[in-house]
Amino acid sequence: MSGTIAPAPVRKSVEIATTPERTFAFFAERMGRWWRPDHSLLGGLPREDVVIEPRVGGRWYERATNGTVCEWGKVLEWEPPRRLLLAWQLNADWRYDPDLITELEIRFIAIGADRTRVELEHSKLENFGPRAEETRALLDSFDAWMGALERFVEIAGREA
Amino acid sequence: MANAPHAFAALADPTRRAVFERLARGPRAVGELAKGLPVSRPAVSQHLAVLKEAGLVKDQADGTRRVYRIDPAGLGAIRAWLDRFWDQSLASFKAELESELRKERS
Repeated sequence: MSGTIAPAPVRKSVEIATTPERTFAFFAERMGRWWRPDHSLLGGLPREDVVIEPRVGGRWYERATNGTVCEWGKVLEWEPPRRLLLAWQLNADWRYDPDLITELEIRFIAIGADRTRVELEHSKLENFGPRAEETRALLDSFDAWMGALERFVEIAGREA
Repeated sequence: MANAPHAFAALADPTRRAVFERLARGPRAVGELAKGLPVSRPAVSQHLAVLKEAGLVKDQADGTRRVYRIDPAGLGAIRAWLDRFWDQSLASFKAELESELRKERS
């Protein structure tokens, strides 16, 4: 019972009726437009933007209107319009940890004229390490957060 | 989502969630878990099997009993969390991009 547990990556995909170029650009260069406002780590400060600096080694961060910055991670590979590899460096407490690297790979695959499949894979989850005592609190705060998020998606869906 | 027992799906069931939360308070055998839950012991065993397959709990023989506990690394729960998180994030990404594309066409 002493072995390291390596959980399977989380894999998701969606399809969008436009080109990979357009999809990549919206995903990576305009993250502030689509990243949920209630996914903020700014502690209630109004958010101005979510930024991925477009180069290997570039920072991935959130910025408040008053200039406060919260680091989220960094760019490991920048290959527009096909692929993006980010380091997600937020631990289970939602704190930035420069020593933590989990990988978020996003692939943009043309599946016809003007149609793109976005495949997202969050891996190296074992790097989160032992967090048993935080599991419960994590799930509780997660529920509060997801409630707000689901409301947003519902509103967005109605407006669409 | 359909081909694998995802942790998220495992926790979506309220009874399973109740079983999981009881385990969050400490390791328990099946019989102890079944007490106070409005479901039969075999049903609890089934829920535990699903939670185990999803990586949320693990079990260990203790004499004739089988004791369940939350995955000590907590990874199953984190994974479940992220699974739901990325579902929702990609949904909003798609919604926002499609809304923008529609505006351009009109």
